[in-house]
Amino acid sequence: MRLSYPTNIKIMKVPCTGRVDIIHILKAFENGADGVYIVGCLEGDCHFLVGNVRAKKRVEYVKKLLDESGIGGERVAMYNLSAAEGQRFAEVAREMTEKIRALGPNPAKLAKSKE
Amino acid sequence: MIVANRKPFEEIIEMVKPYSRILLLGCNECVTVCAVGGAKEVAVLASEVRLFRQKEGRPVEIKELTLERNCDLEYVETLKPIINDYDVVISMACGCGIQFVGENYRNKIILPAVNTSFEGVTEEHGVWTERCQGCGNCVLDKTLGICPVTRCAKSISNGPCGGSQNGKCEVDKDIPCGWQLIVDRYKEMNMMEKYLEIQPAKDWSTSRDGGPRKRIREDLKI
Repeated sequence: MRLSYPTNIKIMKVPCTGRVDIIHILKAFENGADGVYIVGCLEGDCHFLVGNVRAKKRVEYVKKLLDESGIGGERVAMYNLSAAEGQRFAEVAREMTEKIRALGPNPAKLAKSKE
Repeated sequence: MIVANRKPFEEIIEMVKPYSRILLLGCNECVTVCAVGGAKEVAVLASEVRLFRQKEGRPVEIKELTLERNCDLEYVETLKPIINDYDVVISMACGCGIQFVGENYRNKIILPAVNTSFEGVTEEHGVWTERCQGCGNCVLDKTLGICPVTRCAKSISNGPCGGSQNGKCEVDKDIPCGWQLIVDRYKEMNMMEKYLEIQPAKDWSTSRDGGPRKRIREDLKI
């Protein structure tokens, strides 16, 4: 397919999005990520039945935590796509990059760089 | 188990405002089971506080530590070598643990990160409900295993009261009437004659009305 997507995205592989915990997302922000998005299988297609549904709930929870700590819940998102949707994967990567670029850098990282 | 709720983040962040070296203490017992103050929740709160303070330009150093129990000297003592390295302790243990750590390290300020709420059960994953108020004088034999002290908003011994409607309590339409539950249970067990027994006024001196309580077993003392 030779599709291209923005190079600023770092992919962390997990066996299922159900493995993604709240602390993993928070740690990404602590380590300087400007945004985090979880890409799970289509709902109803989870090999472990509900892994992607659990991930979605956790993403919602993290949004609240990030709003509280002033980082901004809009910096996290959940997408569902199938393994056959390479085109859509590249599209999502561009969409998320544009969204985060518009929001600007992670405020915690920004404050640190000013020290 | 003892069930707690985490305090709002704004309240916690305000409490720790003056401090830059924090010991964030969790507990491996009840608060771990009710997902409010175990190692996982300690990690999440620590991360949130670090992010907030980093953003404010006032970074903090947080030591995350979860004791086996905060209500037992055996484990609380293990804090001795490190506790003085920190300005303050934020505890995610229940009220007992928070106080006990404070009593044993009198030069330290211990701040609560949770609101200890009740003694209850895990009804389903993520849902906890109250079952016992520790009145010190159990009547579960008389009410077939349903506690009128806890499940009835008025804690009455001979119910239900006039506020019971369609099996719900007048306090909240989502709360089942405790006495309705008891009556249903009597019926289920064909023991309605037991319901007709009038219970005398309850002796509340074994409950909170008698002040803080104490239990001693001489044979166990060292």
